[in-house]
Amino acid sequence: MAAFVASSPLSPSPFGALFSTYEIDAPYDEMFERTGPARLHCQALFDELRHASNVELAQRQMEADKAFLTQGITFTVYGDNQGTERIFPFDLVPRMITASEWDTLERGLTQRLTAINLFIKDVYHEGRILAEGVVPRDLLYSCKHYRREMRGVHVHRDIYVSVAGTDLIRLEDGRFVVLEDNLRVPSGVSYMLANREVTKRVLPRLFDKYRVKPIAHYGQALLATLRALAPPTAGDPTFVVLTPGVGNSAYFEHAFLAREMGVALVEGRDLLVHDNIVYMRTTSGLKRVDVIYRRVDDDFLDPLAFRTDSFLGVAGLLNAYRAGNVSLANAIGTGLADDKALYAYIPEIIKFYLGEDAIIPNVETYLLSNPVHRQHVLANLDSLVVKAVGESGGYGMLIGPHSTAAERESFRAQILSDPRNFIAQPTLSLSRAPCFIDDRIESRHIDLRPYVLYGDRVTIVPGGLTRVALRKGSLVVNSSQGGGSKDTWVLED
Amino acid sequence: MLLSRVADSLYWIGRYLERAERMARLIDVRLDLGLDRRASGWSFGRFYAVAHVDLPANPPENPAALVDALMFDTSKRDSVMACVNLARDNARQVREEITSEMWAQLNALFLRLKEVRAGNSGSARPHYVSRIVVEGVHLFDGVTDETMGHGEGWQFLQLGRYLERAGATAALVDLHFSGGPLLPASHTEWVGLLRSCSALEAYCRCYTADLRPERIAEFLLLNSEFPRSVRFAAARVESALRTIAVLTARGAGGRAERMAGRLHASLDYGQVDEILSEDPHVYLETIARHCSQIHAAVYQSYVMYSIESALPA
Repeated sequence: MAAFVASSPLSPSPFGALFSTYEIDAPYDEMFERTGPARLHCQALFDELRHASNVELAQRQMEADKAFLTQGITFTVYGDNQGTERIFPFDLVPRMITASEWDTLERGLTQRLTAINLFIKDVYHEGRILAEGVVPRDLLYSCKHYRREMRGVHVHRDIYVSVAGTDLIRLEDGRFVVLEDNLRVPSGVSYMLANREVTKRVLPRLFDKYRVKPIAHYGQALLATLRALAPPTAGDPTFVVLTPGVGNSAYFEHAFLAREMGVALVEGRDLLVHDNIVYMRTTSGLKRVDVIYRRVDDDFLDPLAFRTDSFLGVAGLLNAYRAGNVSLANAIGTGLADDKALYAYIPEIIKFYLGEDAIIPNVETYLLSNPVHRQHVLANLDSLVVKAVGESGGYGMLIGPHSTAAERESFRAQILSDPRNFIAQPTLSLSRAPCFIDDRIESRHIDLRPYVLYGDRVTIVPGGLTRVALRKGSLVVNSSQGGGSKDTWVLED
Repeated sequence: MLLSRVADSLYWIGRYLERAERMARLIDVRLDLGLDRRASGWSFGRFYAVAHVDLPANPPENPAALVDALMFDTSKRDSVMACVNLARDNARQVREEITSEMWAQLNALFLRLKEVRAGNSGSARPHYVSRIVVEGVHLFDGVTDETMGHGEGWQFLQLGRYLERAGATAALVDLHFSGGPLLPASHTEWVGLLRSCSALEAYCRCYTADLRPERIAEFLLLNSEFPRSVRFAAARVESALRTIAVLTARGAGGRAERMAGRLHASLDYGQVDEILSEDPHVYLETIARHCSQIHAAVYQSYVMYSIESALPA
């Protein structure tokens, strides 16, 4: 299987000292064919790396890290008491996606988000898909993020999810599959943009050798998407980004996007609702707000409607929204469709509304509320991945092969006490890509999160955020758990 | 157009940094001159009165303890460190409005103080620590003027700084002229007053080294050129408020602006002999009261206004 794994540190690698510990085995390698040579589109990258010295690469890496630090591109780690601001680790070797691969992904993501929007509209209105028994009612109504307040509410142009972040992984045979959908407040897009800026700066020569599709227009695309959502009554609409505040892990991103779009960054206390109209407090008086790109979860949006202990939201916002006086991106209640149990039904949802097969398949998923599945999963906890359905960010997850007996027992007990709350999937070997680690090029597991915008039409800025599990052998790419990221290059034909 | 919350934060950055600088300078000057030294040892009752801070139940008994309390103790909101922290917290929330150079400078001051405090050597070197603060604030002000657009946000920073300065300087002068058992007027005490306002050199240039109370009062209250006089600060407050009123197209001729104009005019036309021959305490208290009324009016016009008063036409 292994094409070239150094059998001892002394044996020279055919690709030079930098690659002496590079491993190729079962997982799909983004740069090398299974038989050894670099993939055609990675040839120039490989040449560049092969002729570089580790000193030179280390220098570039340092420049990149410094650029992130001085710009203050940091995230906050919850539950960590010491100095909660950290730089998101960055790997300087870009990840490549060919034009034809991207074409398939683009079509697949467009199809998926179109169907999901039709689905959410349906279940909050007539519920055809429930009546026809494609999606079980009890499953839908028990979704943690289902919002009964949205029943029968008209959402302008029926656009519920206008910003989605879909996590894709690559299987051993090179096929992309969807691992999960993030349909509430997906984050990370600022890292995608910052990674490109920094990579261009530290690897200008490599960048010149490729024709990379640009991504810098994301801010404009997002603004155009928000514009499509503006209530028809708003002549010259006012847009804002709503952030939970400096304490939030993605505060940097909120401020960044507000600046990219040239709109105000507001907190809940800057807004108020009067006669079902949303205003922001400015020194020039109250200014009407028409579209809110909110980065605050449903639960915290409106203390009158949802959690009464929330200080992050705006009292009366739900009523203003229902009256059609303000638009929210994303709409309230979209989280039901990224419930991990409902995820298993997405291929059928696509079939139901569009009459098509899913272009990007799902990962095989066991629902633990199903007794047959449950029995199978409990018997195979050591080889499966178990996830809590309403969690994200890599929390509430058991990776069978990497777990201890005690962790498995704990999950077994949790599953038995609340089976609806869990799903299981086979342990997938995420593809691996070359990364510069400790003075060498080594391969690490990666995923891909493209950002899909849905306004007048679907817009996907080519690429997305490639997250890297920097710890050797680790499959967890989340920034809160030792993950980093790298630039993603979608190549022109 | 500026969010009210952002204007509020900028205003307080200005106030807190002015406050930190004044406290640092006071500690340096009074310890240096030994103003609080008695035959029996140190006694800081007068220090607390001058600093406008309530005397704690167990007041510090030596300079090092005083520095610990008023320089580094972040549980007291009057300490220098607490003011710098608060200014930085406010700056963090308006990172999009201030320049990265301003942020870097304020952050550097914060880190420097933290380092000195962690090193435990600060309380033995009040002058050194005080210089860090004074210079850090001066640098911040310079960076602000040179990198930030002088628009509405900048005006709120100025407003905070000068309103704080006008009120605090008036209170300091008040304490020295209204007598009372705490303050025997000695030559050193007058030097201390001038130096606390960074005004000794400027005074000497104006009046020679002959220190006379009425001249000191005139200089600190009514001088039009010295940036730490009450009159100078009042002029800046008025100008900031006037510009803000124009930029926001609101509040022109409004309460805040009118009160600032009145304060400025009363200082423009003030006569030191009249002030001192009548009751200086009443006069100085009026200034302090005007300052807090301006503060309230600013909040009413720009930050905490009622919804009805501010709905778009």
